[in-house]
Amino acid sequence: MIDPGQVNWARATFALTAMYHWIFVPLTLGLSFLCAFFETIYVRTGNAQWKTLTKFWMTLFGINFAIGVATGIILEFEFGTNWSNYSWMVGDIFGAPLAIEGIFAFFIEATFFAVMFFGWDRVSQKMHLFSTWMVAAGSNLSALWILVANGWMQNPIGMTFNPDMARFEMQDLWSVVSSPVAISHFTHATSSGFLLASLFVISVSSWYLLKKRHGQFARRSIAVACVFGLLSSLFVAFTGDEHAFLTARTQPMKLAAMEALWDGKAPTGLIPIGLVNPDKKPGDKQEPFIFSVEIPGMLSVLAKRSLNGFVPGINDLSFGNSAHGVTGIDDKIRRGRLAVSSLRDYKMARDAGDSTAAAGSLAIFDQNREYLGYGHLESVDQAVPPVALTFYAFRVMVGMGLFFILLFLTYLILSMRNRLESQPLLLKIGVGSVFLGYLASQAGWIVTEVGRQPWAIQGMLPVTVAHSNLDTTTVAVTFFMFLFLFSALLIAEVKIMTRQISIGPEGGKS
Amino acid sequence: MIGNLEWASLQQLWWLIVSVVGALFVFLTFVQGGQTLILTLARDEHEKSLIINSIGRKWELTFTTLVLFGGAFYASFPLFYASSFGGAYWVWIAILFTFVVQAVSYEYRRKPNNFLGQKTYEIFMFINGSVGILLIGAAIGTFFTGSNFTLNDYNLVNWTHPLRGLEAAFSLFNLSLGLFLVFLARVLGALYLAGNLEHESLVDRLKHSSFDNLVCALPFLLYVLVGLATMDGFAVDPANGAVSMVSGKYLHNLLDMPIVLVMLLAGLLLVILGVVLNRLTRSVRGIWPAGFGTVLTCLAIFCLAGYNNTPFYPSKADLNSSLTIYNASSSHYTLTMMSYVALAVPFVIAYIAWVWRQMDSRKLTVDELTADEKSY
Repeated sequence: MIDPGQVNWARATFALTAMYHWIFVPLTLGLSFLCAFFETIYVRTGNAQWKTLTKFWMTLFGINFAIGVATGIILEFEFGTNWSNYSWMVGDIFGAPLAIEGIFAFFIEATFFAVMFFGWDRVSQKMHLFSTWMVAAGSNLSALWILVANGWMQNPIGMTFNPDMARFEMQDLWSVVSSPVAISHFTHATSSGFLLASLFVISVSSWYLLKKRHGQFARRSIAVACVFGLLSSLFVAFTGDEHAFLTARTQPMKLAAMEALWDGKAPTGLIPIGLVNPDKKPGDKQEPFIFSVEIPGMLSVLAKRSLNGFVPGINDLSFGNSAHGVTGIDDKIRRGRLAVSSLRDYKMARDAGDSTAAAGSLAIFDQNREYLGYGHLESVDQAVPPVALTFYAFRVMVGMGLFFILLFLTYLILSMRNRLESQPLLLKIGVGSVFLGYLASQAGWIVTEVGRQPWAIQGMLPVTVAHSNLDTTTVAVTFFMFLFLFSALLIAEVKIMTRQISIGPEGGKS
Repeated sequence: MIGNLEWASLQQLWWLIVSVVGALFVFLTFVQGGQTLILTLARDEHEKSLIINSIGRKWELTFTTLVLFGGAFYASFPLFYASSFGGAYWVWIAILFTFVVQAVSYEYRRKPNNFLGQKTYEIFMFINGSVGILLIGAAIGTFFTGSNFTLNDYNLVNWTHPLRGLEAAFSLFNLSLGLFLVFLARVLGALYLAGNLEHESLVDRLKHSSFDNLVCALPFLLYVLVGLATMDGFAVDPANGAVSMVSGKYLHNLLDMPIVLVMLLAGLLLVILGVVLNRLTRSVRGIWPAGFGTVLTCLAIFCLAGYNNTPFYPSKADLNSSLTIYNASSSHYTLTMMSYVALAVPFVIAYIAWVWRQMDSRKLTVDELTADEKSY
């Protein structure tokens, strides 16, 4: 029996823990590299002021890193605790990247972190610098493996369903690891981390400039951060475009939701700004937008790389569009139900020792196996993700991304001309920009994860089948436990971080 | 080479790999042991700081080993991962909570404006070292005493006890194993700290403490060993996979696998040797024999649970739902690929050892902590 309350609490818990974790991860990904840059400059110039600068940013890195670790451990085990059916059904594939992450990435971080913080006088200068770089490499390698895992959930490849075991089994590890979707997730998410960390450094340094404190320290930090930030933000835009292009091919429903595109056209326009009609449902005649501005043909170019490409809308995907070769979800549900029932028949016949009946059922299953996941859906509506949230989150992310490119460019130009301090308004925007960075970063994950609902594994396993056999109260109680604990830790983190910033780089014993 | 191995051989290999990771984790719980020693051994803030900064340079290794233990189990025995985490829900959530609060405690404990106060973070550390380790021990105990679950035709787990895993802590055997691990962690913590710190009176107390904690651990160890030797155990019939209760099963396992018996006895002797070395001589290197002994002992315990036609995660509620290394494992392909991946483990251990040597070559002193603004 499916208890929708339980599934939704489990989803809420995952959203909560993942979003908390993602507050801290991007800063770790980027600040680790910035620390490595700063320390490299120190080692090459021998200037002790760069060492002070490096140590200051490392202190902030450490405060952020600790809570990143704390919020991260839950996620790995949550696949088991709250999504145990998922863990069984795809564990043969999904467990591998998590184990590899432990072996290849986490130990690098754990080992060299201690050297980075406590090894200044215990190891050679070169060994210390090497360790700092290793922490950066290790953090970003962790991101690689978890994003390979996530990319596989978005675009499951390299596996097959084994009807005897009633689970999915891996056939090709390399195709899982080198999946274009996974690599695109990795490059986009890590570079967004570099971007956010650059904003963080600019924000803190701008605050010092406004307060007329630590001027040289702040200018130096900004000089490195705005170059890194500008390069990262351009790369984020590039990988984002690639990511959306891949989404159009692998998750057309997500793309349709991102664009609130209900009826596909050739060519299709892009709606950069719009107010979504929240009541619209698949198949009805309501207007999709209350208000919208359209750039003609633009979505065809972005999603199909052609001026006249057909981009399927939610209605095309729901009910099929034979002219453009789109199979409808209604049809997939019908065939999915055949797959589910023939699988059950196959197992019963096999257990009863009736090999003829088993072979017959297996043949039906084989004809419909590709739609197995759809057999668990109750209606077409269920296959459509929340459109408005996906649409707005996407625009927040993209809009912010473009703004950050301009911001880094402005900072770079003024920093080169040494005129930052005469621009208090810009510095104020710089201070605030890190919060926009966090917002954009969270919005990106909302697009990725909300946009693929109801699937735990795209097209294969809906969340309503993936969850654990728990009662609603248990999961709800856990949700509030995490909410309470993580919020308390976040408050502690922010208080410690802001105090360290106000103490400043020459603060002495902290 | 690995690709030619039989599925059963790979399943046995992976049980060994998971067991090694688990055994290394127990050795590394010297960090958790150290966390519980702060309250009883440190006489002033300097001593407390010495202890916390010494184990604070290693805590992430322990934490990461636990995460790898979970990841390796997931990749190699996904049905265990799904059944145990999704079934024995509360015991795992409780264990995880103690590790979440541990992860921030070193960094935040003495930072100004830390919201919860220094004492709270020290309590977090203590809870992690006591309750956390106790529950892990209780969970491992269920490898022998069994759990309350059934699996349906699609291998989906249903837990039949309302406490969802916490009931494990109410068995004397599981509780004894948990308490043994808590005291063992304290023994190891005291041994590690004695070798890592330069502080005459504190080191002297640490050397005594490792002995006292071993004495505390012994009754629980005895209960576990006698229990293992006398209890009815879960056995699988290799012909048809049916599970039944067999009297003296684990004693039989020991006698059938003499190497495991040797590992168990040698392991325990080495732990005792390490403690005696520190207690009776001027040496402070007892952590090494005791640590190696801990790894051997835990390996033996895991081998008892998983090999020789024994279900490693037995079900009391429905014997035939019990998990064996054969019915809970990943596919032949996945185990093969992961075996290639595991070839990297010796390199990982090598660089950890290399960095460890560099960082621990000089003992930690109060002066160094006072001079270092980054110290915990």
